[in-house]
Amino acid sequence: MNEIWFLLQLIIQGLAIGSVYGLVALGFVLIYKASSVINFAQGELLMVGAYVCLALLTTFNVPFWAGFLLTLAFSVVLALTIERFVLRPMIGEPVISIIMITIGLSLVLKSFVSSIWGVQIKVFPAIFPQAPIKAGQIVVSQVYIYTFLASMVFLVVFALFFKYSRLGIAMRAAANSNQVALSMGISVKRVFAVSWCVAAVVSAVGGILIGNINGVNITLSAVGLKVFPAVILGGLDSVAGAVLGGLIIGILENLSGGYLDHFFGGGVKEVAPFVILVIILMIKPYGLFGTEEIERV
Amino acid sequence: MQQCGIFHETYQEDMAVFQTPFVKTGMALLFVFLLIFPWIAKPLNAALRTNTLYLMNLIGIYIIGAHGLNILTGFTGQISLGHGAFMGVGAYSSAILTVKLGIPFWFSLPLAGLITALVGMVFGIPSLRLKGLYLAIATMAAQFIIEYGMRNWTGLTGGSTGMVVSSPSLFGFAIDSDRSYYYLIYTIVIGATIYTKNLTRTRPGRAFVAIRDRYLAAEVIGVNVWLYRILSFGVSSFMVGIAGSLWAHYVLVVNDEAFGIWLSVQYLAMIIIGGMGHVLGAIYGAIFMTLLPILLRIPEHALTQVYPGIFAIFQSLTEGVFGLIIILFLIFEPDGLAARWHTIKNYWKLWPFSY
Repeated sequence: MNEIWFLLQLIIQGLAIGSVYGLVALGFVLIYKASSVINFAQGELLMVGAYVCLALLTTFNVPFWAGFLLTLAFSVVLALTIERFVLRPMIGEPVISIIMITIGLSLVLKSFVSSIWGVQIKVFPAIFPQAPIKAGQIVVSQVYIYTFLASMVFLVVFALFFKYSRLGIAMRAAANSNQVALSMGISVKRVFAVSWCVAAVVSAVGGILIGNINGVNITLSAVGLKVFPAVILGGLDSVAGAVLGGLIIGILENLSGGYLDHFFGGGVKEVAPFVILVIILMIKPYGLFGTEEIERV
Repeated sequence: MQQCGIFHETYQEDMAVFQTPFVKTGMALLFVFLLIFPWIAKPLNAALRTNTLYLMNLIGIYIIGAHGLNILTGFTGQISLGHGAFMGVGAYSSAILTVKLGIPFWFSLPLAGLITALVGMVFGIPSLRLKGLYLAIATMAAQFIIEYGMRNWTGLTGGSTGMVVSSPSLFGFAIDSDRSYYYLIYTIVIGATIYTKNLTRTRPGRAFVAIRDRYLAAEVIGVNVWLYRILSFGVSSFMVGIAGSLWAHYVLVVNDEAFGIWLSVQYLAMIIIGGMGHVLGAIYGAIFMTLLPILLRIPEHALTQVYPGIFAIFQSLTEGVFGLIIILFLIFEPDGLAARWHTIKNYWKLWPFSY
């Protein structure tokens, strides 16, 4: 029986972390769908969000709700700046240049954070109740459950936003085809900007949630890299796929960490998502829900 | 003086790498400079207070690796975020071959290249079906998987403590000083540069460029796209593996920390800043990226004297400056230093009558 409880516990923790991956992956896919930009700085957006929130809460002693809203506002401003001054001049440039510019961006953001806050790990003030919950033999810290619920709330909010709001519909139109959207009177530039804002906001939320579980330090940006397996699994241009991919990768990562660490001497959790990624790319490169590109000559 | 025009009378002349006496003299002078550099290095060391010969060696190693990445990314248009790890594969395989199997350096050097080529080709297989950004993600995954292997396959790689490697020797003459290693590295650098330059003029080289420019069209005119993509991965990884092997036997300690994604990004930055698809680009880029941290140390020193606390901040800012330089280059000079040099040269060629 013990093994089943162990398995269940791993799955629950994996779901919580995976929901955050899904949230961040949502931002990633948005940017990709709107502007075909692969954003290697997604993890750094997440890290900056977590640090800003942390600084507001601890250094400036702002109550959590205000600190949270201020962090989101900061993320929006940051995203608008990045979109306007870094990404917009790159419209129409080759893929390699765009990938490289987001990598450059990630370096800049990382050094910005480490020069202000240093590289030591910092503990987040507890936002959610910490006491562990026991169900049967499963012992799960409440943080995981709240994290899962919080990311689900955000996912639902954004799903409604895309489905019903004017801007959300405009974004879907632009994602479908920039040209057609332009000719329908949608400002594609504005859509690009908004998609960066949404990406930065969901990343900041993800950063705060993950920071709550593991503490905040410079390696937090590695979460951004875990987004790649998630989006590849889900299909690079599918929002629903990204969320599902995030959940699956979260669970698989936790399971592989739990069961395979004995055999490979630890740290399997860090590399397993990338092994999965390579396998997916080899057998089904467009993922679960991605549109397959068909080329005819 | 430069000639006002180039008039070829035979095909041989037209195909020559170095076409004018001016360029030929320049190359000869460069060669002589490289030959006598170790003797210039001593007074330079005293003047600049750094080990210039060591820097030259590093530049040389990076040039070899950057040529490799340039073949893949600049010529074939396949982005790789895994070349840092591929260099690590070269370094580790050379270390394992010499230390554990007792194979002499002269065999382990090409073998390390071949092993790296094999690894690169395996991770290049997805390029059959994947384009630009998917490939970037696939090679990034390769980077992390290889890094994990180097760190955790303790029995083979010595884990995080790394491996101690010995210097090579030739006919009983130990190549263990900066100076002797300098000649070894630059012999290979010259070879690699000539090879890369020549590659662009051969059938595979033209196939690479055709694939980069429009791979569907290349396929239509009969280029085997998949074969040449894999080949490009192989050649590219081979060169970066050689660079890794040279690095291992120069630094004498192989450690997984040296081959992180940071190195991959640096390699990409080298060819972007230098100029993708230009043979000279890799050279400019390698020089630029090696000297940049040294140049950044100058304001750091000056400011630390005034504000001692600023040191820690500068430490972390170096990476940010790298990032900023990449961004600025991509926005304002996407063709890199090689293109900028070309523009400057053309401007002065006709000066002051440039209309």
